[in-house]
Amino acid sequence: MSSLSKDTGIGRAPAGGPMVRAEGVHKSFGLSHILKGIDLEVNPREVFCIIGPSGSGKSTFLRCINHLEKISAGRLYVEGDLVGYRQRGDKLYELKEREVAAQRRDIGMVFQRFNLFPHMTALENIMEAPVQVKRESKAVARERAQRLLDRVGLGDRTGHYPAQLSGGQQQRVAIARALAMEPKLMLFDEPTSALDPELVGEVLDVMRDLAEDGMTMIVVTHEMGFAREVGDSLVFMDDGVVVESGHPREVLTNPQHERTRSFLSKVL
Amino acid sequence: MSETADKIPAPPVPPVPPEQIKAIPVRHYGRWVAGALVIAVLVLIGTAFSNAKINYSIIPQYLTDGTILSGAWHTLYISVLAMALGLVLGVVIAVMRMSSNPVTSTVAWFYVWFFRGTPVLVQLLLWYNISLVFPVLNLGFYKNEMNQVMTPFLTALLGLGLNEAAYMSEIVRAGIQSVDLGQTEASHALGMTQGKTLRRVILPQAMRVIVPPTGNEFINMLKTSSLAYAVQFNELIKRATDISSTSLAVVEMYFVASIWYLILTTVFSIVQYYVERRYARGSSRSLPPTPLQRLRKNLRLFGSFRRPEVAR
Repeated sequence: MSSLSKDTGIGRAPAGGPMVRAEGVHKSFGLSHILKGIDLEVNPREVFCIIGPSGSGKSTFLRCINHLEKISAGRLYVEGDLVGYRQRGDKLYELKEREVAAQRRDIGMVFQRFNLFPHMTALENIMEAPVQVKRESKAVARERAQRLLDRVGLGDRTGHYPAQLSGGQQQRVAIARALAMEPKLMLFDEPTSALDPELVGEVLDVMRDLAEDGMTMIVVTHEMGFAREVGDSLVFMDDGVVVESGHPREVLTNPQHERTRSFLSKVL
Repeated sequence: MSETADKIPAPPVPPVPPEQIKAIPVRHYGRWVAGALVIAVLVLIGTAFSNAKINYSIIPQYLTDGTILSGAWHTLYISVLAMALGLVLGVVIAVMRMSSNPVTSTVAWFYVWFFRGTPVLVQLLLWYNISLVFPVLNLGFYKNEMNQVMTPFLTALLGLGLNEAAYMSEIVRAGIQSVDLGQTEASHALGMTQGKTLRRVILPQAMRVIVPPTGNEFINMLKTSSLAYAVQFNELIKRATDISSTSLAVVEMYFVASIWYLILTTVFSIVQYYVERRYARGSSRSLPPTPLQRLRKNLRLFGSFRRPEVAR
């Protein structure tokens, strides 16, 4: 597959500094403490993988980055801007709904369960946000949507409804839908966990391609092969904390912590 | 890109079709007995009605009587208008009920509690006598005696519409809550605001759940509107009673009215079928053909070659 960035404008590097920076991020739902102080940095053009057992808080952390969840303590920055808040002096002000929506525009998200809009065709799914949010003309949005569908290998499925597509095809449409907003950062929340084993490959191919084009990606995954081949850095999370981090090949082949070792021995 | 998963090669067609199974089917004697019983009961009821002291011969001529036609028209338009009022108000109350503002959600809860909990007839009569509470209507720019303002039409519209809103709000709420939370998240993640999410993503999907019970409500409304007879609104039952009080054909007039109710509900059921299809888009892989399409297809098949239609 050819370069995605040339005509879709994705993967452009911001002016220095990390793309995402988390400082002591905590999150609680009622009494349950899900994230217990996450510190990490994701650099532009980096493929950042998060692995860990279910319930370790990795999906919650991902959802904090685009403010689908509010963090309870700490600071979370995307491109140097606080997520969901504005700081004046030492006071934090919640952002208005419109301002939160504006922040989310630049962050694409791909869900485990695809979450395509079932009442719209593949093409309409991709056109929806550019037309409704960016007030783009339908002609421009349709042209880009068609191009993106071609790129994810579904150029002949434009008029299909999600129910008429396989899981792998739906997830590829979902990726195209997120790319249509020309995001600077893509979040992947276990994008292949709901797929039949033989459909996983086609989705990973699209993601690998995106990584080669320099897209900044944070990927919560159980696909250790993908993390090893495509990932630039990897963290292992357990019980709301980062247990171990480093280059994927090192962490996966030579884990330092006992907890990491026991987790990897079960999944590899 | 792995295109192989998309193209599944067709299985090879066997050159000789396998021999069809020919077996003697199980006999269902119980079905025959039950069928005969049901027919016997129907015949008994039929003969009882035809031997009753009911003058059936005058029914056809009154079906197209001007007074009855005007009654049917009144029934139709008060039902449509009250339903429209109920629908709009119902959406508002449903959204109020789900809002995070405790005042609006409590008010919405009380609205539903009150209007669902009291008989429509009482509500109609309350609007009829609203001048006891507000003798004069004063809107600042408009001032009039309440008894002048509350025509039978307005009384019927408010009584039926406000009651309907309570039911509709629950239907709309159920519809909105039936849409998967992931849809809201996906829409928010794309940068859409809450209002846009509701309009573009949630409501179109909620419609699939909302439309069938709403059709039911409308059919109910067609018949419940007969209660507006108590507030002097000239709907079908009032008109039928007007005629029977002079012609003394009481039961016959109710039959005439009932035939009109059946016509109205039948026509509406057909409309509802097509509206439901409209909102079923994307929900099933392909929609079954409409009865008209099936009829046309069968006629074509019948014309060209005889072949038993494969049961779907």
